[in-house]
Amino acid sequence: MSIIAVSQLVKRYGDLAAVDGISFEVAPGELFGFLGPNGAGKTTTIHLLCTLLTPTSGRASLAGYDCVREPHRVREAIGLLFQDTTLDHDLTAWENLVFHAALYNLDRATARDRIARMLDLVGLADRQRDLVRKFSGGMKRRLEIARGLLHYPKVLFLDEPTIGLDPQSRHHLWGFLHTLRKQREMTLFMTTHYMEEAEQCDRIAVIDHGRIIALGTPGELKRLVKGEMIYLTTADNARAVPAIREVFGLDAREEGGRLYLEVDEGEAFIPLLIRRLPVAVLSVSLHKPTLNEVFLHLTGRAIRAEEADALDVAREAVRARRRRDV
Amino acid sequence: MRHLRAIHVVFLRDFKKFLRERSRLLGALARPVVWLLLLGVGLSQIVQSGDGVPYEQYLFPGVLGMTILFAAFMSSISIIWDREFGFLKEILVAPVARWAIVFGKALSGTAIATVQALLLMLLVPFLGLPFRPLGVLGAAGAAALTALCLSALGICLASRLRTLESFNVLVNFVLMPMFFLSGAMYPVSRLPEPLGIVAHLNPMTYGIDAMKHCLLDLPPGSALGQDFPLGWDLLFLAGFALGALAFATWSFERSGRD
Repeated sequence: MSIIAVSQLVKRYGDLAAVDGISFEVAPGELFGFLGPNGAGKTTTIHLLCTLLTPTSGRASLAGYDCVREPHRVREAIGLLFQDTTLDHDLTAWENLVFHAALYNLDRATARDRIARMLDLVGLADRQRDLVRKFSGGMKRRLEIARGLLHYPKVLFLDEPTIGLDPQSRHHLWGFLHTLRKQREMTLFMTTHYMEEAEQCDRIAVIDHGRIIALGTPGELKRLVKGEMIYLTTADNARAVPAIREVFGLDAREEGGRLYLEVDEGEAFIPLLIRRLPVAVLSVSLHKPTLNEVFLHLTGRAIRAEEADALDVAREAVRARRRRDV
Repeated sequence: MRHLRAIHVVFLRDFKKFLRERSRLLGALARPVVWLLLLGVGLSQIVQSGDGVPYEQYLFPGVLGMTILFAAFMSSISIIWDREFGFLKEILVAPVARWAIVFGKALSGTAIATVQALLLMLLVPFLGLPFRPLGVLGAAGAAALTALCLSALGICLASRLRTLESFNVLVNFVLMPMFFLSGAMYPVSRLPEPLGIVAHLNPMTYGIDAMKHCLLDLPPGSALGQDFPLGWDLLFLAGFALGALAFATWSFERSGRD
C-alpha cells in the first residue's frame, strides 16, 4: 500500500494553477524527490499534503488518511523541514524541542529521553542550552531535523533541505539522512532544484508549471535523453541551427546563449561537427546525461540553481534586517 | 488533556520570553510612569474636579489601562512575527486544535499584561491613594479581565494582518483611539454622540471604570468619578471576553486556511 497517494490534485489561485492536476504514489520507505525550478509547484504540493493548504480539487491521502477530511491524523503522521527555518530564535535548542514534544503530546519521560537522543544524533547535545539565535545555518538545520523526527513521523517532508547551506554542511546532512533511513523505516519526501541531490532519490517526479512531466528512477529518467548532450557556442547561433539541421539532420536548440543537441556518440561527433559546420565553433562540451540534461530535454529550459539562490539570499537579508528593526 | 497541554505550552513559550526580556519590561513600565508624571502632574494644574481629588490620581487607572492595552496587543501581535519568521508553521502543522492555540495566546497576553499592571500598582502609596489590599486585588482582577478582552481582540487583528508594516497603522488607528475613548483621561459620559457610542463599546472603558471603583476614593457625584456600576463593568468585560475569544478562534482558523 502506498504511504502517499495523490490523484488529480489541483490548487488554483484565481487564474493561476500552482498545482495543475498531479497524480503520483509513494511507497513506504521510499526516498521520493520533486525536482523542478522555483515556482513549479513543489512547495505548494508539500503544503497541500501537510494540510496547510486546501486543494481546489482532487484528492490526497497520507498514511491512509485523507488530507482534507482527517487533517489531525495526517499531522500526527508527518514531520516537516520547511524551506525557511521555523525555529524560535529566542528559545534555546532544548526549549524548541520541548515545545514540539508537548504539541505532539509525548509524555514527559519519553520526551526527555528522545530529546536527549536526538540532540546526540545531530551533534548538538553540548549546545542545547544555547539560544537558537546563536546557531549557524547548518546547526539550525540539524536542530530542525531533530525536531521533525521527535514524534517518530511516518513521512518526513524536506522542502529544499540544503538551501543556504555550505557544501560541507550539505554533505553532512545527507550522510545523516541516509543513516537515518537505514535505522528506521521512514519515507522521505523532498523537493530540490539541486541535481546532485535529486540523483540520490529512489524515484523522482519532474515538475514544471504545476504538472508532473516525467516520473521514474534517476536511471529511467536519464534514459529519456537519447544519447549524450553536446553544448556549443558559435559565432552565429541563428545561422548554426539551420546548418546543423541541413548537414547532420539534427535539431539543435538554443538555451541561454548556448546551443545544445542530443547525439548518440558524442566523442566521435565533435570532430565532424567542427569540420563540417560552416559557422565558427567557439566552444564545445560533451555531457553524459544527468538529470540536468533530462530537464533540458523535457522543457527546453535549464534549472538554474544559482538564480534561485540569489533570490533566497536577498529574501533572507531582508528578513534579517526587519528582525533587527523590530 | 492534549488540548490543555497545547494551551499550556503556547502560554509558557510567550511568558518565558517575556520574563527573559528585562529591557522590554522596563520600557513597558517606563511609559506609564512618564505619562503619570508629565501628563498627570501637568494637567492637574488646570483640571480641577472641584472635590479635591488630584488629577494624577484620576489618571492612574487610565494609565494602568494603557499598560494593559499595549502589553496585551503586543503579545497577540507576536502571531504576525511568528508568521513572518516561520514559527507559526511549526504550530499549524502540529496535531493541535486551532482553538487551543488561540486560548494559549490569549492567556499569555492576559498574564503578561496583568503582571505589568500589578507592578505598576506598587505606585499606589506614592500617588496618595488609599492602600487597600482588597481594592488592589479587585483592580488586578479587573485588569486581568480587560487584558483577556484585549488579547483576544489582538488575535483577531493579527489573524487579518499579513505584514509587520501594517503594525504602525494599527497603533495609530486602533490603539490610540481605544486609549483616548476609554475614560482614561476624561469621563466618557460627557463625550459627544458618535465618540460616546464608540467609548461605550470599548472594553477598556469598563476595565478602567472597574479599576477606578477599586482604587480611587471619590465622593459620590464627583465630576471625575466612575461612569458605571461595578457589576455592569464586570458583566460587560466577561461578555466581551467570551465573544472576542470566539471571534478570535474563528478568525485564526480562517487565516490558517487558503
